[in-house]
Amino acid sequence: MSDSAGLVAEQFDDLEQQHEADKLGMWIFLATEVLFFGGLFLSYTVYRYLYPDAFAAASRHTEVVLGGTNTAILLFSSTLMALAVRAAQLTRRKPLTWLLLGTAFFGIVFMVVKGVEYHKDFIDHLVPGAAFQWHEANPQAAEIFFWLYFAMTGLHAFHMIIGLGLLSWLLLRAGRGEFGPQYFTPVELGGLYWHFVDIVWIFLFPLLYLISRHQHGV
Amino acid sequence: MSDQSHSHPSPWLYLGILTALVIGTCATWAIAFVDLGIWNPVVALTIAVIKAVLVILFFMHVYYSNKLTKLTVAAGFFWLLIMITMSLSDYLTRTFLPQ
Repeated sequence: MSDSAGLVAEQFDDLEQQHEADKLGMWIFLATEVLFFGGLFLSYTVYRYLYPDAFAAASRHTEVVLGGTNTAILLFSSTLMALAVRAAQLTRRKPLTWLLLGTAFFGIVFMVVKGVEYHKDFIDHLVPGAAFQWHEANPQAAEIFFWLYFAMTGLHAFHMIIGLGLLSWLLLRAGRGEFGPQYFTPVELGGLYWHFVDIVWIFLFPLLYLISRHQHGV
Repeated sequence: MSDQSHSHPSPWLYLGILTALVIGTCATWAIAFVDLGIWNPVVALTIAVIKAVLVILFFMHVYYSNKLTKLTVAAGFFWLLIMITMSLSDYLTRTFLPQ
């Protein structure tokens, strides 16, 4: 551990303690993120309880194939990220770079699919506001669904953009060979963020895209 | 030296988790097209929770982490549960709402 001296900030005794503190800080941040998204999940729950039929009808207008594809894409991306953290720990420089690139690639594919989906929603007049058009019962409640749909997927997409920024920064540092068994904290914390964003989508997919798909009428 | 720095979960474990996550996604999708009445959202959310727990325990290494980390993670979700439960205890008991 003699060469670890420069890596330990002065308030910590050793790398181990610093690593544990860094992880704790990241998890406390993620707990605030749970509550940040939690407010939207709560609004969703209350309005779905108040307007079950309108929410089911509106949900059937979401692009379920694109949403499902994006779920699989994010799961692959998260798996590559988990493998990247392992590669960083084991000082496997080339695999680390490729795994980070793969993680980012699938992240970008997700955003492209999301863009296609938003474009379709826009054309179909499903964006809340003056251009919103709804030909089934209770347009006000359907508009609330679509506001929640755009707010929740939009906030999620914003997190994806931040995650892609973090991945670029990790790629730069990985290219300089900064990570190894003694110091891989940034890769691990970046991974925690990326997995958190994946978890949000794991809940968004069934809640927004799959309400009462078995019903065809209202 | 306790946990994280010495844990190297194997790539096979990660691929196994990925397989479980994809199967969970397919199951959620398929079940959504079957009419289970009020059980549709319950089943969908149960599968989502199982998927999230797999990601948290293995991809996010919580399974290999110390008690402080585990407690912090649990606290975050516990607060979310309090927020939703307390709010619903209001909405579900209102007698003056429509329907």
